[in-house]
This record gives sequence, structure tokens and C-alpha cells, in this order.
Amino acid sequence: MPVYTDKVLDHFMNPRNVGSIPDADGIGKVGNPTCGDMMDFYIKVKDNRLDDVKFKTFGCGAAIAVSSMVSEMAMGKTLEEAKAITREQVAQELGGLPDNKMHCSNLGAEALHAAIEDYEQKQAAAQQGGLACQCPFCNEFFKDVPEVCTSCGAKLRFCDECGQPIPHGQEACPTCAEKAQA
Amino acid sequence: MREVYLDHAATTPLDPRVWEAMVPFFREQFGNPQSLHRYGDGPREAVEHARAQVAELIGAQDKEIFFTASGSEANNFALKGIAFANENVGKHLVISAIEHHSVLNSARTLEKLGYEITVIPVDAHGLVDPAAVAEAVRDDTVLVSIIHGSNEIGTIQPIAEIARRVKERKRRIYVHTDAVMTAGTIPVNVDELGVDLLSLAGSAFYGPKGSGALYIRRGTRIMPYIDGGVQEKGRRGGTENVPAIVGLGLAAELARGEMGQRVAHLTALRDRLIQGLTAVDRVTLTGHPTQRLPGLVSVVVEYVEGEALLLLLNASGIAASSGSTCTSRALKASHVLTAIGVETALAQGSLVFSLGVGNTPEDVDQVLGVFPKIVERLRAMSPLYHKVEVA
Repeated sequence: MPVYTDKVLDHFMNPRNVGSIPDADGIGKVGNPTCGDMMDFYIKVKDNRLDDVKFKTFGCGAAIAVSSMVSEMAMGKTLEEAKAITREQVAQELGGLPDNKMHCSNLGAEALHAAIEDYEQKQAAAQQGGLACQCPFCNEFFKDVPEVCTSCGAKLRFCDECGQPIPHGQEACPTCAEKAQA
Repeated sequence: MREVYLDHAATTPLDPRVWEAMVPFFREQFGNPQSLHRYGDGPREAVEHARAQVAELIGAQDKEIFFTASGSEANNFALKGIAFANENVGKHLVISAIEHHSVLNSARTLEKLGYEITVIPVDAHGLVDPAAVAEAVRDDTVLVSIIHGSNEIGTIQPIAEIARRVKERKRRIYVHTDAVMTAGTIPVNVDELGVDLLSLAGSAFYGPKGSGALYIRRGTRIMPYIDGGVQEKGRRGGTENVPAIVGLGLAAELARGEMGQRVAHLTALRDRLIQGLTAVDRVTLTGHPTQRLPGLVSVVVEYVEGEALLLLLNASGIAASSGSTCTSRALKASHVLTAIGVETALAQGSLVFSLGVGNTPEDVDQVLGVFPKIVERLRAMSPLYHKVEVA
């Protein structure tokens, strides 16, 4: 379909770096299924560089191509370089995107930045001396594991196996299931 | 790569016989049908012959057929023409929630001009309740317009019962149906349906694009749609598009003659395709299971997005359509899917295959051969699918 450039179609048909990283150093999630696009980015960081980048995307051709392109652009970059990647650059690398896809589907850079931010927050927490536990709802850090988040009041449930938080309305632990699948 | 066209609801290929009939009217018989000299004779006779062919297709009289340039124009003509000509009776119209945009947006325009519009909801299969339509009729209602067959979910409405109930409720009222998807495809008779106006389009049944007609029952008060000369009895001015009208006429005659075998062929392919597609996990048919267009297969595929499906189908040689947000220019979910209660997130995975007379069982097999793999491939990279599996 000629609405997309060859580069977009190539990244859509042969997406690079699809998947998730079970022990990711940072995870970034943007979008939602109602608006039509949703991206999860996973990163591994080594010596301040992106050692691995993976993604899972629900969305149109542009959304998948953008995710793939961003993962390729970010791979091996320093965190500062990766944070400087803009949605305009992504579109440019893809040889352009249709006007109506520039905003809704071009979320890859945001998802990557969210993953880096997640990583940096965890790093900062670790440096603050063992504030390893984080509320999955409001991102507040705790030293001990409270039953109810002291910041947002959400009820916290943790997996007996791996100790990771379990989101509302879910029975099984997503972290364990992800590991099992990987 | 073997190419399979399954988007006949968008447009159909021109029947070669129709093309042959049209050709002379581009050059040799170029005259204006309104001319009194000999150049006008052939085109005039051809236009009137086509009028008779279209009238016969829907059981109308010749003089009740008014040619337009599309089904959308016919729908605009019906809604605005009736509304403007009957202001003394009232300024209220009734439509359904699953109308084509040409009806829906005509109604929206009338709303801006001070008319009132009542939109009748549909059930989960996309059916309008005839009783609900009748109940919505008021003293000042001038027109009820309900689509006959849905291009998005295939559901066929009980127009005859709707028209009967509406007219029992109020004598002086007009009933219109947008029959673009049904006229020329399944038997359509204006008297059996009990409608006063009916829209049809040639491009839906192997006629040319840019050809359509509005049936207007004798005695209907309607405002001209294009003010101009004497063409179409002064109701739709502008020099007639003779080749398109000739093509529409022959397409109508061929459709009428071949309808039985076409319907049988399409229905068999449709049911085979529905069965194969819905055998895939979490793929559901939308629209009515039996009261549906013979060639229309509409499904929602959970956890994936329609445009991505279309691109991968296209890469496998298959041309289909989707009502997902991303495939629409407006980036809004289909109002039809919303009306039948499909959640916006789920509507993203909508897919429509519309079959035509040229399709074969091999075409259906080609779709069924690649469809599960395409769905699996997109689900594998979808963050939603994984989360659902976990839950």
C-alpha cells in the first residue's frame, strides 16, 4: 500500500528486536488499546549504554515499524544519546510517515524514554540505600514492603514465588508467567 | 503471487459486458441527450433504456428513477430533498445508528440547519427494532431512513416491517432506504419493501463508478438536488453522464437475470470463509449470523490491530478492509461497530472480507491458509495478548 514508504514496510514486515526481556533494567509502556496503539519497551543497560532493547507493540503498520526503528536506533547508544532521539528523527529515518500517523502511532521514542526513566528511577532508589520496593501504581519507593502504599493508598499484593507486585484484577503473577514464557 | 480481491463492498470490478456497452457513448455517441438534433437521439434513447432497466431491477416505474453520480449523492438527495420540501409538515427525521456516512452526515447537516434527528439504536447483531422506529415517529416527522444492508457488518434490516409500522403510525410520512449494498445483489422490490425512496449505486454490482440512482415514488414531495436544466425532470440538473448511466442500466439487467446463481455462489463462499475464520481462537463474527448480505464476512480479531492485519494480508496477495481506528482517515472507531456494542479496543481488530461473483473456493482457501499465521504473528508481538494469557 503506497501510503507507507518502503522503509516503513520493511520494518513492519521484518520487525527488529521484537520480544520482551524478563530481567529488564527498565520497562516503558505508552498508549492504550482504545486509541489503537500500545507499546512496551524493555531495556538492558551496561556501562551507561543500551546493551539490549526489545519491544512488544499492538497497533497499525506504522506503530510496529516505529517500534522496530526506535529499537534499532537506540541499540548500543549511551543513555544520553538515546534520550535525545525524537519522534521526528524516527519518522525521518523511516523516510516519512503519513500525517495522520505522526502523533498517534509515533510513540516509540516516548516508550524508549519511559524505559530509560524507569531504569534511572530504579538506580536512584538503589543509591538511596535499599529502597528496592516500588508501588506499581504511583511509583513511590519503600524500604519495607507495606500492605497498603503509604503514598497512594493502593492495596499491594506480591507474588509468593518472585516477590514482584501483582496488578489489580489479576490472579497470576505476570513476572513469573513472562519468565516461564521466555 | 496469486491476487485475491475481497473488497467488493468498497467497489466491484466492471463487468466486461458493461464496459462494451459503455464504450460507444464516450466518443461516437457523444451527443447531449437533451439535444433535438440527431446527435441527441442515440444518447437520449440509451438513457431512457437504462432508466427502464434500473426500474425493472427494483420493481419501479421508469419515471420514478432519477440518475445520480453515486449512492452517496442519492442518499443526500433523499434526506435533504425530503427535509427541505416538507418543512410545513415538520422538521424531524429518524435514522438508525448504523447508517452509511452519506446518510449520517446528511442528517448531521440538517441538524445544524435546525432539524431534529432521532437515531434508533441496534441490537448486538445490528438489527433495528421496527417497533422502536415506529415509536420514534412524531407528528412532525417527515422522513424515516434506514439502511437496508450494512457494508460493515452485513446485517439486512427488516425494511418491509419497518415501513409498514411507520405508516400505520403516521400516514403522511416518507420512508427511505439506502439499498446500495442490496440493490443488484439480492432481490429488492420497492412495493414489497413499502418504501418511498431508495438509493442504489452501479459500482456495487459490477457497473461503473460514478453511477447511481434514487428511486422516488410517484407523488413524493421532494426538493431538486441540483438546480439546473430539465434533466431528470428538473430535479437533478446537469448534462447526463451517458456512459455511466448506460453501464448502470446494463449492470442492473445482468444482476436481475443472474441474481439467483450469484447469491448461491456468494453465500456458499461466505459461509465457508466465516467457518474457517471463526475457527481461529478469539475471532468472532460481527453482524447477524443469517440475516446478512450474501458476500459479506465481518469479524473482530482480538489483541491485534486491523491495519496491521490488512498490510500482512496485502503482502499475501489478499485485499480486504477494516473498521479500525487506524485505517480510518479520521482516526475514529467505526460508528457501526460501536453501535453493536463492540468495545473500541476490540473494534481495532475489525476485518471485512466482501466477496464478489469472480471469487472462487480457491480464493477462500488462500485466505484461510494465511489468516491463522498472520494473526499468530501479530499476537506474538502484541503486549495485550500476553497479558490476557496471564490473566
